[in-house]
Amino acid sequence: MSLSADVPVAPPRVNLRALGLLALLAVAVLVVPVIASPYVIEAILLPFLALSLAGLGLNLLTGYGGQVSLGSAAFMAVGAFAAYNFQLRLGVSLPLAIVLAAATAAAIGVVFGLPSLRLRGFYLAVSTLAAQFFVQWALTKFSWFSNDSASGVVAAPRLTVASLDLDAPQGRYLFALTLVVGITFLVHRIVGSRAGVNLIAVRDDETAAKVIGVPVLRTKLVAFAISSAIIGVAGVIWAYAYLRTVEPAGFNLDRSFQVLFIIIIGGLATIRGAFLGAALIVVFPLLLARTSSFAFEGLVDAGVLKLVERVVLGLVIILFLIAEPNGLSAILGRATARLRAVLRRG
Amino acid sequence: MSTTVVRLAAAGDAPGSGVFSVAAATTSAPALALDGICLSFGGIRALRDISFDVAPGEIRAIIGPNGAGKSSLVNVISGLYRADAGTVQIAGQAFARMPASRLAKIGVARTFQNLALFPGLTAAQNIASGLAFRRRSGLLAQVLGLSAARSESAREDEEVREIAAFLGIGGVLDRLVSTLPYGVQKQVDLARALVAEPNLLMLDEPMAGLTVTEKAEMAAHIRAVRDRTGLAIILIEHDIGVVMELSDRIAVLDHGVKIADGTPVEIRRDPEVIRAYLGAEAA
Amino acid sequence: MMDSPELLFAVEVAVGGLLSGVMYALVAIGFVLIYKTSGVLNFAQGAMVLFAALTFVSLVERQVPFWAAIAVTLVIMAGLGFAIERTVLRPLSNRSPMTLFMATLGLSYVIEGAAQLIWGTQVHRLDLGVSNAPFEVGGIFISTFDLVAAAIAAAMVSVLTLFFRYTRTGLSFRAVADDTFAAIAVGLRLGRIQGTVWTAAGVVALVAGLLWGARLGVQFSLSLVVLKALPVLVLGGFDSIVGAIVAGLVIGATEKLAEVYLGPFVGGGIESWFAYAVALVVLLVRPSGLFGKKLVERY
Repeated sequence: MSLSADVPVAPPRVNLRALGLLALLAVAVLVVPVIASPYVIEAILLPFLALSLAGLGLNLLTGYGGQVSLGSAAFMAVGAFAAYNFQLRLGVSLPLAIVLAAATAAAIGVVFGLPSLRLRGFYLAVSTLAAQFFVQWALTKFSWFSNDSASGVVAAPRLTVASLDLDAPQGRYLFALTLVVGITFLVHRIVGSRAGVNLIAVRDDETAAKVIGVPVLRTKLVAFAISSAIIGVAGVIWAYAYLRTVEPAGFNLDRSFQVLFIIIIGGLATIRGAFLGAALIVVFPLLLARTSSFAFEGLVDAGVLKLVERVVLGLVIILFLIAEPNGLSAILGRATARLRAVLRRG
Repeated sequence: MSTTVVRLAAAGDAPGSGVFSVAAATTSAPALALDGICLSFGGIRALRDISFDVAPGEIRAIIGPNGAGKSSLVNVISGLYRADAGTVQIAGQAFARMPASRLAKIGVARTFQNLALFPGLTAAQNIASGLAFRRRSGLLAQVLGLSAARSESAREDEEVREIAAFLGIGGVLDRLVSTLPYGVQKQVDLARALVAEPNLLMLDEPMAGLTVTEKAEMAAHIRAVRDRTGLAIILIEHDIGVVMELSDRIAVLDHGVKIADGTPVEIRRDPEVIRAYLGAEAA
Repeated sequence: MMDSPELLFAVEVAVGGLLSGVMYALVAIGFVLIYKTSGVLNFAQGAMVLFAALTFVSLVERQVPFWAAIAVTLVIMAGLGFAIERTVLRPLSNRSPMTLFMATLGLSYVIEGAAQLIWGTQVHRLDLGVSNAPFEVGGIFISTFDLVAAAIAAAMVSVLTLFFRYTRTGLSFRAVADDTFAAIAVGLRLGRIQGTVWTAAGVVALVAGLLWGARLGVQFSLSLVVLKALPVLVLGGFDSIVGAIVAGLVIGATEKLAEVYLGPFVGGGIESWFAYAVALVVLLVRPSGLFGKKLVERY
């Protein structure tokens, strides 16, 4: 089943775009940590980075691969709990724990990806819910995973890499940023590779792909593995850097939907889509709260605000699907094209 | 039957030998032999006891009215449908069920009636997908840009350009395939099948939806491919003029039964065919 | 036959499971109706169940008589279904089924949020006047309420069946379900049929909402019955009403039995995923569910 057949492909302007990205990266590394307040880092940048990465992972599977998953949060949870337990029980360093956590999420992703070899479309989408519910159940039921803590909520270990202490907001931000930038580059390479082409081929016409010799089964399982690994690392960032606690509660079905919404709004089968979508998803509730407290001066209570947020979010999803199925990424693409045209003329 | 024929380099041969490298080989078996193929959907018998063969280097047409079972037959040979009875023999190897996922490795390629291209990919990427079956470099090598992966990609790109130039679509390789005109998409579909250097090529209605000029061009390509590579071709086509002109032998299906088989001249004269097919079509 | 108390208990558990299975099927049927005509997996069906129950119970609490409240809710649900078809589904009519599914996901957020904004978030008790006292048949106890619910579900399925078999709209529905293009070609008015089906789905949501609401209380979590219906749908096949019923029964019974006999070994609470596991195992053997149309690919 094809999710988005009409992904716009901009003509390659590698140098210009690469320059822009480098500038953006320089700002993110050098300027942001200096000027951003702890509030901005903790309430906006950290969840933004974690969710961007989760969206990136899901976009690989769903946007590029056409395999819809409703269980992203489960793999975030696997990543977070695996990293925690590897550190706790084997005493491994944080970087190694992250690699092992990614591997664990990949392995579990492959297990829950197995049905994709036989199921398609909605049957597959529904079967990914099994991952969501099973993982959440297992992590809640077996207290071993949370080191037998009575509440099921454990504090994340201090963030240290080698002798570097990253526990302050700036440190956590740089930790998350490093992971996100590194993995984004990897995804960029994957998408541009022949394996990435295979992934799109399987999405666009699975039967044709099979008949002409694209290794469909392997392509799907690899997609599940890589996607789950990336989402697992997103879970580590979420728990270690953002929440600073490891707990199953936050990795629920709503989180899975949130990640899916991120790539719908941002743009399926694009890398920047995950970032744009995550930015909107993170910033929008804060804006809504600000606006309402400004306009109604605290007359609207938090519960009502949550409901309004839900309604508006739902409407935004529907609106994007109807009016701009290629998401914010396409809007940005048009805007930059227009800007370029203006610059050229002027 | 032992004839010396010109055939394509097989999948296992040295890669990069090019689409049109000509290798002499002796083959003792037909490129394809069907024996007693039966297929039914629910209660409907789509194919009844179909047997026929295709010699290497032969253009073999299958004609018949709509619903005669032509596409079903191609789908059985492709492994998309499982025959209830009968065997498919490819270059001497017999299969009760063709393994669809290994089709390319066996040396069989096909095009699709309703253009099963990948709309999210460029023409070049679509064509290169036809080479996925023999690719050796893994994901890691590709992502890390190891030299083995890079040279493999370069070789593939070369083959893609070669086949595209031959079919006259070299200028649109970097375009998204969904933005190309229908006739060009048909050529891309053909290129994707040819790039794999198959021994047997199945063309499912290659002329459907094409203009007269495009049809002539497509027919010329089909003939040229056969002449230069000596591969066997199964041609399913409604345009009788094209079929009569291109094919060496024609099998006629009607309601899942093979009612005639022979050279174009024989088929044109066959009373059964005239009644069941040409007659029906004229009426 | 039923001599051992263990066996008697097992039967009682199974019967209880079968009856809750009917409740699952009740929600699943709403999905099937829409899937058959528009090929959409309507995730918002659960939100519609919530909306229906919440509207009804709020009306009753405001002293609207029982039957009047039913009638008003019916009209509102029909209107909601119709409005969804017009404003969300129609603009997306030529898009991929997965896009439509995602739209209904967004829709479920809108309806859930709106329902609670309009009627509040507190938990409402819903009394349909049906006693929940168990009665005994041949040594096993059966809940009266569950039995009544099953009867209502059976009645609803009968009405739907009659509707599809004997009315003009129903027959055209079947034509559309069998072949959309052919139906358009012979001039069936697709828009009106789909409007009707969405209306019917709204009505089914009301019935499910009343029965589930009476059981669980009317609150946000009611919309989560969708998660109970999905494995039923997958198991039965998205396009089969019979499948939904049979799968509902199968999942209801195995889930309860598993909870009782398997649950204690793994710490309980397995009902959150067990149904999915059952559905998955069956799907690996039959990828289109028990009764779903086999997907015949045309190439």
